[in-house]
Amino acid sequence: MKLFTRSSQLTKAFINSIGICLVILSIGVSISYGATTIDLQTVWQAVFQFSDGEQAHQVIWELRIPRALAAVLVGAFLAVSGAVMQGMTRNPLASPSIMGVTDGAAFMLVIMLAFYPAVSNTGSMLASFIGAGIAVTLVFLVGSFSSSGLTPVKLALAGVAIGTLLRSVSSILSLHFQLEKDIGFWLAGGLDSIGWHAVSLLFFVGIIGMVLALSIAKSVTVLSLGDDLSTGLGQNNTFIKVTGIIVVLILTGAAVSVAGSVGFVGLIIPHIARFIIGTDYRWIIPTSAVFGALLLVNADIVARMINAPFETPVGAITSIIGVPFFLYLARGSGGEKK
Amino acid sequence: MNTLEKQKRRRFWIIIGILLVGIIVFSFISLHLGAISISPKEVIQTLMGQGTDKQELVLFKFRLPGIILALLIGAGLAVSGTIMQGITQNGLADPGILGINSGAGFAIVLFIYFFQGVIPATSALNTYMLPFVALIGAFTAAILIYTIAWKKGVSPIRLVLVGIGVNAAFGALLTILQLRMDPQNYRQVTIWLSGEIWSANWNFVLALLPWMFILIPIAIKKARNLNVFHLGDDVASGLGTYVERERGVLLFIAVALAGASVAAGGAIAFLGLVVPHIVRKLVGPLHHYVIPISALLGAFILMVADMIGSNLLAPTTIPVGIVVSIVSTPYFVYLLMKTN
Repeated sequence: MKLFTRSSQLTKAFINSIGICLVILSIGVSISYGATTIDLQTVWQAVFQFSDGEQAHQVIWELRIPRALAAVLVGAFLAVSGAVMQGMTRNPLASPSIMGVTDGAAFMLVIMLAFYPAVSNTGSMLASFIGAGIAVTLVFLVGSFSSSGLTPVKLALAGVAIGTLLRSVSSILSLHFQLEKDIGFWLAGGLDSIGWHAVSLLFFVGIIGMVLALSIAKSVTVLSLGDDLSTGLGQNNTFIKVTGIIVVLILTGAAVSVAGSVGFVGLIIPHIARFIIGTDYRWIIPTSAVFGALLLVNADIVARMINAPFETPVGAITSIIGVPFFLYLARGSGGEKK
Repeated sequence: MNTLEKQKRRRFWIIIGILLVGIIVFSFISLHLGAISISPKEVIQTLMGQGTDKQELVLFKFRLPGIILALLIGAGLAVSGTIMQGITQNGLADPGILGINSGAGFAIVLFIYFFQGVIPATSALNTYMLPFVALIGAFTAAILIYTIAWKKGVSPIRLVLVGIGVNAAFGALLTILQLRMDPQNYRQVTIWLSGEIWSANWNFVLALLPWMFILIPIAIKKARNLNVFHLGDDVASGLGTYVERERGVLLFIAVALAGASVAAGGAIAFLGLVVPHIVRKLVGPLHHYVIPISALLGAFILMVADMIGSNLLAPTTIPVGIVVSIVSTPYFVYLLMKTN
């Protein structure tokens, strides 16, 4: 038994290392692909033997590396948030995009831009956190006050409704203050024009979020077996849930404030991770991070290729990948009350 | 029993009367409001044909077609929602949530995208074509949703979830398509997608009128069958209703109404969902009462919402779909919390 556990631990570690290798490879492709394709050798040189004079090296450092890293981080954040949400609520459809988080972040951002137009980068990120928080809180409140609790379909519908409401208010505000263009840009923005500043903010938030997520991972595993069982085993459910919500808020808030609306990553990836790696959230969370990063880096490459030289919002790509998966879930366990 | 029925019928006619008066009164207010204010007296004079040229232009060319369009679209969406809720026995069904509106919208945007150079967007031909294009899109979406949700029958919950997914897919495709358009069309489509009664002119009124005036009466005539569905499929077939065929016909009407409404009014969400609930509260669940009142109430709400949208923050026009969403999503959330 012990041997088996160890070997399966090894397998899991192995799967994750392959994932990480693929992420690194994809980052390389992402950096080399663009308006002017730069070969991988030059990418290597730019990273390890940077020379000021070379234009290609400048492009790589100032534009492409931040972009690729942002894709990695945003993908990982969304996937981890989704994993934590699904584990805590035992709801296969729980995920940031379905719960109106993006609309909430956009809502606060519009308010910020309308009343304090000179808002800084950090300020707008803070606004996104708060907005994301408002949306999640509202959706959870609707769920908890409903007569039959937070069923998957209720969660999804409440997310749609709260999202629509917040979006409507923000479009009125943006029409009135003539911010449609800024907001539209941000919403569809995707990952272009991301600088080192945003990446370093993401790094900072990411460390806090991931440490918190991993610290509750074991408890989330128990919680995913049911609230009663968890209480019976002596866990403090409220504490775990509050920590989990904080994780979701800071990770999605940061991701959304940088990348705008990127749907379905948080929904699909945790399912895939669970399928491959089992039910232990100590493994699901890191694996989700790796796979989420892999998905988004590649989606971003596709987003640049599909209508070159124009960019397609990466959120549209992830939605097209994600919808069939969502439909599959809706046909299966998502359709019935669990 | 008989007196109860009589009472209900009286209540029905009273509500119809109130709604009709409301529609007429608010139409006058709506005609009077706007950038160029025309007093109620002048409105009446102009309608009688005694106004100045300028007043005639503003009223007949701009305001009146807008109001009539709002009334038609509101009625269409409300009846469509009522039928869908009746067929699926699901209080949360609505052409918007089920993704039928976004299917119609996608078809229209596709049409504009491919024919933007060939047929001018404002031409009469284009106007009459749009409802048909929307219809194709609406039916494609409906068939898609029904097929995907089918798994030894269609459970209402699965239908709603699949609808949400299909909605998201059409949304993503729309984004990609929109970005390939030229800026002018892009802007127009963006506004239209948030629910705007665009290019309110008589051509559009004429294009929409036959759809509403043929389909809504048929819906009222078929209403009794919807009552039978309420009892469940087994009872319905036991009572001699051809369940599947009638369901098909009614679904056809509902989808067609939604498609035609979307062609003129864009993606107006939640109206078809909320109106039937309010009406059922007023007159009970019998569909031969619910459908006519839904039509009038939907028309009334959309007209008032349009009036609010175009005057509240003037000169900024708020798309009517947004006004409807803000008013109706809280009610939807309330319904969501109550249903099991």
